[in-house]
Amino acid sequence: MNASALVIMLITLISVTGITIYFFSLVLRTPPKPEPDSYLNNDDEVERQVHV
Amino acid sequence: MSANKESWGSRVGLILAMAGNAVGLGNFLRFPVQAVQNGGGAFIIPYLVCFLVMGIPLLWIEWSMGRFGGKFGHHSTPFIVDTMGKNRMWKYIGVFGIWTNIAVAAYYCYLESWTLSYMMHSVMGSFNGLDQNGVAEFFNHYVNLDTSTTGIPYEPIVFFVICLLMNTFILSQGLAKGVERVAKIGMPLLILFGIFLAYRGFTITAGEQGAINDSSVGLNFLWTPNYDQLWSPSVWLAAAGQIFFTLSVGMGTIHCYASYVRSKDDIALNAMSAGWMNEFVEVVLGGAILIPISIGYLGIDRVTELVQLGGLGLGFKTLPYLFFQWGPVLGAISGVMWFGLLFFAGITSSLAMGTPWIGFLQDEFNWKRKPAAWSFGLIVFLLGMPTVLFFNYGVFDEYDYWAGTVSLVVFALLESILFAWVFGINKGWREITSGSDIKVPNIYKFIIKFITPALLLWVFLGSLFTPKGGDWGAALSGNWVLDNGSIIKKLMNSGLKEQLAAATDPAQIAQLEETMFFVNASRTLLVLVFLSIAALVYIAYKKRVREGRI
Repeated sequence: MNASALVIMLITLISVTGITIYFFSLVLRTPPKPEPDSYLNNDDEVERQVHV
Repeated sequence: MSANKESWGSRVGLILAMAGNAVGLGNFLRFPVQAVQNGGGAFIIPYLVCFLVMGIPLLWIEWSMGRFGGKFGHHSTPFIVDTMGKNRMWKYIGVFGIWTNIAVAAYYCYLESWTLSYMMHSVMGSFNGLDQNGVAEFFNHYVNLDTSTTGIPYEPIVFFVICLLMNTFILSQGLAKGVERVAKIGMPLLILFGIFLAYRGFTITAGEQGAINDSSVGLNFLWTPNYDQLWSPSVWLAAAGQIFFTLSVGMGTIHCYASYVRSKDDIALNAMSAGWMNEFVEVVLGGAILIPISIGYLGIDRVTELVQLGGLGLGFKTLPYLFFQWGPVLGAISGVMWFGLLFFAGITSSLAMGTPWIGFLQDEFNWKRKPAAWSFGLIVFLLGMPTVLFFNYGVFDEYDYWAGTVSLVVFALLESILFAWVFGINKGWREITSGSDIKVPNIYKFIIKFITPALLLWVFLGSLFTPKGGDWGAALSGNWVLDNGSIIKKLMNSGLKEQLAAATDPAQIAQLEETMFFVNASRTLLVLVFLSIAALVYIAYKKRVREGRI
């Protein structure tokens, strides 16, 4: 590949892949908010219930 | 009270469903062709700039509008936008958010059904032993509803119905058990198939298995920057247009999905994650398959010719032939992966198109999920059959142009004005940042208020008054002749009329006259559908007044 094509391609592919992984991992690492939240699957997790 | 009590199963499921909504066939078929036609590697610069100043703001606008409307029990755009502006007309602008989806689903499900059928043909080895013209003829026979190799009469109609039944059944199962479950299976598979094909695209060697070029030739062709084109408004317009189609903004699907998110939950990070996932599929995977493989086997000149016909031609008429250069087994596997990837890209988008209509019927007329889903299937079948039966008379293209192109720009422009100027940027900003798991950069307050609406206006006007051949230099110097692709000329059927005037062969004249009839009939049908939905919105409004809900 010629140098300019290679540079543009690598910068683009690495940045787009990196940013995608960063945001998705942030979603996975962020603790969910206490119940009631928007999602059904975690409704029964006792430790996430708000105690009034 | 609304019968709509649905919820998402998990946050990851919502993000995958949103990413699946955005990832469509255009990620693999349209993006690489647009890049090649608009400056190669330099296209990525305007493309990413438009993503940052138009795509991301629109994602945030639509997610927050959806979540805001959801607070009041609205799950479709007519009444979501109605809660944001005092003028009663806004709800009729919101009709776009249902109409676009029904009209696009009508032809998109047909396109999706091709991928299902081609997966089966790849397994059956229908393309094995055919030369490139043979594969192209296979496609032509398919869309002409001629006899197929399977012997199934009217095979395209059968697959269209199967595809619609699948969509309708999944939609009838609800958000968490239907749409989200498909997204959780479909998106990882799509990425897996994409990585396999991208690997093949990166490792072609000239002289092996019939290849005439190394991968690097195709990658050079796609990524070598032509910086002169960077200053062309046409390139920027193409980049902005691609951002629209790829993110599924201006459709009403994002509003609908986000309306099931509670007000204390995050939308800013969700929008970023789903949006960038779409970019990964489009730029990283989409850029590594179609063009490098085609050029590896056909050469630059032939691919340059084929690119003029668009991505559909390359995807369906060329790639099946190229895959079988790798041998019958790998050819079949690659065919299944390519069309499987397109199928998952398609179905996760078409499912999203069904949800605004279903949400509307549930909210306003207390329909249950199942009958609402089946009504969507029936409407899409009735509206989609003309695209199947009269494909060669421009019906498919007409739906795509008005519902899948122009309508998106119009609705996105109006909703950005509504959000930033009518609802107000301060209230809008609070909606975006409320419950956010990331710090939204303050610069976006300025971008959403000024830059995004201005860019959208420019895209709309640029499409309305496109100068001939995209020559903005000549146009701005006073010689503004409209291109036949501009909205105005398209509305006047100028291109068809020119072809008709130049035609001498009676058979060709008859064909063009029939095309003209079907083009006008398609437009009339689309207008009637829009007016019918607007009438339903009016009835729903009156019902709300009667019930004291307004």
